Amino acid sequence: MNEILILTILTIITAATPLVYAAIGELVVERAGVLNLGVEGMMLAGAVCSFATAHHTGSGMAAIVAGMLAGMLMALLFAFLTLSLQSSQVATGLALTIFGVGLSALIGQSLVGIAFEGLPSLNIPMLSNLPVVGQLLFSHDILVYGSFVLVAAVAWFLNRTRAGLVLRSVGDSHDAAHALGLKVIRVRYCATLFGGACAGIGGSYLSLVYTPMWGENMSAGRGWIALALVVFAVWQPGRLLLGAYLFGGISILQLHAQALGINVPSQLMSMLPYVTTILVLVLISRNRGRIRRNAPASIGQPFHPTT
Amino acid sequence: MMDTPTKTPALVEMVGISKAYPGCLANDSIDISLSAGRVHALLGENGAGKSTLVKILYGLLAQDSGSIHWQGKPVDISSPAVARELGIAMVFQHFSLFESLSVLENIALGMDADADSDLRNKIITVSTRYGLPLDPDRSVFTLSVGERQRIEIVRCLLQNPKVLIMDEPTSVLTPLEVNELFATLSRLAEEGMAILYISHKLEEIRKLCHDATILRGGRKVATADPREETAQGLAALMMGSDIPKAVLREQSKTGKTLFSLSQLNYPALDQNGISLQGINLSISAGEIVGIAGVAGNGQDELMQVIAGEVLAHLDDAISLHDSAIGRQGAGERRKRGLCCVPEERLGHAAVPTLSLTENVFLTAHHRKALRIAGLVSYRRSRKFANEIIQRFNVQCNGPASLAGSLSGGNLQKFIVGREILQAPNVLVVSQPTWGVDAGAARAIHDALRTLADEGAAVLLVSQDLDELMQISDRIGALCAGRLSNFHQTSRVTVQQVGLLMGGESIDRQALNADSGADA
Repeated sequence: MNEILILTILTIITAATPLVYAAIGELVVERAGVLNLGVEGMMLAGAVCSFATAHHTGSGMAAIVAGMLAGMLMALLFAFLTLSLQSSQVATGLALTIFGVGLSALIGQSLVGIAFEGLPSLNIPMLSNLPVVGQLLFSHDILVYGSFVLVAAVAWFLNRTRAGLVLRSVGDSHDAAHALGLKVIRVRYCATLFGGACAGIGGSYLSLVYTPMWGENMSAGRGWIALALVVFAVWQPGRLLLGAYLFGGISILQLHAQALGINVPSQLMSMLPYVTTILVLVLISRNRGRIRRNAPASIGQPFHPTT
Repeated sequence: MMDTPTKTPALVEMVGISKAYPGCLANDSIDISLSAGRVHALLGENGAGKSTLVKILYGLLAQDSGSIHWQGKPVDISSPAVARELGIAMVFQHFSLFESLSVLENIALGMDADADSDLRNKIITVSTRYGLPLDPDRSVFTLSVGERQRIEIVRCLLQNPKVLIMDEPTSVLTPLEVNELFATLSRLAEEGMAILYISHKLEEIRKLCHDATILRGGRKVATADPREETAQGLAALMMGSDIPKAVLREQSKTGKTLFSLSQLNYPALDQNGISLQGINLSISAGEIVGIAGVAGNGQDELMQVIAGEVLAHLDDAISLHDSAIGRQGAGERRKRGLCCVPEERLGHAAVPTLSLTENVFLTAHHRKALRIAGLVSYRRSRKFANEIIQRFNVQCNGPASLAGSLSGGNLQKFIVGREILQAPNVLVVSQPTWGVDAGAARAIHDALRTLADEGAAVLLVSQDLDELMQISDRIGALCAGRLSNFHQTSRVTVQQVGLLMGGESIDRQALNADSGADA
């Protein structure tokens, strides 16, 4: 029983980690006032480039970097189109996702069906040998640890540093930020690239750890879930972590519940994570003050520095 | 003129500044120079080019031709950052604040400083010293217009600028606050600061400023010593013709009660709001009732409850023509003849990205029958928009122009006109002349009077005491969510209204004694 429980928790962590990466990146992007709906596409680009690198070099570290760079490259394309050429963020983001699906399938054609041994677990001496706790907390791969560090770092950056304040101000009102002489476009480029890097790493996690192989469209909608999680978290990093684990937890638990043969149609069970997300979103939107304080007011609006 | 500081060489000089927009020449070869220790007034009606000129000085706009000299050397002020580095600070008329950030964070952003406890202390020091109370940790979206302005002023003062540009800073302050601000500005000037002061309140300019540059239609028409000119003379220079002196409103004949609030309570809309407590008020046909008060004493809440943006808890707390409307929505109230002009022009009273025609439709579709079988009649809407533009002399490129493209005063004339021309039974207006020049303010005041004379009830919520004293028949004040007693305007002094604004009541004896002394 204990074994099953530990295993369940470990799968929950594996299910939640890619969401944490993709969502924390998008959170920063949105806080700067940019709505990038291309998370799914960036994740896929990250997943395929990461897997190809792992396959050719055998190095997990190189694979992660490759995934990150692939995500950033996609984000750069998005940033150039929306920020420099002022195309619609919604349309461009959707196009980026479609582009990412096609491009990753093309790149990954020869990689389908190949397996990768996965990232090594970083066993922390002494601690990882502890019963139960050791297996639960101290024997994960580097990306799991990294996700927690990243969320904490983003929370600190947004709320405690001047650069974070500038980023939030640009997301709140780009005209006021411009009036103060802040570089709106530059801040937004940086945020978008950061978002791309995170989505790329999230993709890497899928193809290196979650299912250590490449399959077409393997992100299976996680990019969209990441977007919902950002709203779910009311643009706050701590809540985002909570949301990712809630969502990851429910999606794993309903699988187990189905396996145990509970007499509920499987379609209903599969709906559970999404239904929960919607319910929580409804509950959250009751607190208007929190939303006003955290939601970036100028999200998705193009910025023309001349007017 | 003993107290005039001696003319020092100009600190900053703008020479031959021109700036053209498509369709109009906003600045036509304007010269202006500011010297240390002097307060320089920039006077002009809406659309005279004042905003354009100061935006060029602050680096927000680039001039088409002309040059700017800083301490004698030509400079290229390409961005506000460059301006701030030189030592130019500006208090905007439309505040450039970040709604979701705290007061502290807003100030930190404008100052290239960190939002730490050091800055918090500095804010508290400066704000108390200059009588501009501010809580550094409140989010800006919870603050009133007046409180927001304080942030801007404190932000500028914290930068120790050499040149301070103030764009209509007193329009939302109480007389006491204005006096305190003037003391501050005079002290700053004595300490060697050059101040460029934009205002349409001529008395203020005569009291405070050493020099004045007057703009009309994008051209500099005169320079004057404001202390040697009369207000009438300055106004004539500004408007190009003599304006008739304001006539005190005659006591109008009032009819039966049209609109009343009885025991209206409303809890604060958020944790920083004000709860309305036991509001009682009735307004008769033909009467203008004024409510004074410092921003943030429940005006926003009162306006929202009256307009129907939020519903009162009891249906009979608000009544119109003896029928209870407290639980009716805004649309239903308009239909029955209760029209409102909220304080915030852009985003609340008008949608900036919609045309004037469309904005007209939004509030007047029922009373002016702008709908045909549930569809928008653009022809009728346009016709009504045109009527407003002509009647209220709104300067714009016709009814198709976007609301956001109008200057503040013109948009205000348009919004007030839109409600007045719907011939409401009851009109509730908040700050109708905020940031509006003298000519436009007169037009709005006249229109309100005419409306009352025609038998409507008018409720005027304003922070401008002069305005209230000039056009209201009865006056009271809102303080901490409670309404004071109301008095005949002709029988109270500005000082007594000041007492009401502070939550005190006027002694009947004092009232009688004063009016006795007047007689």
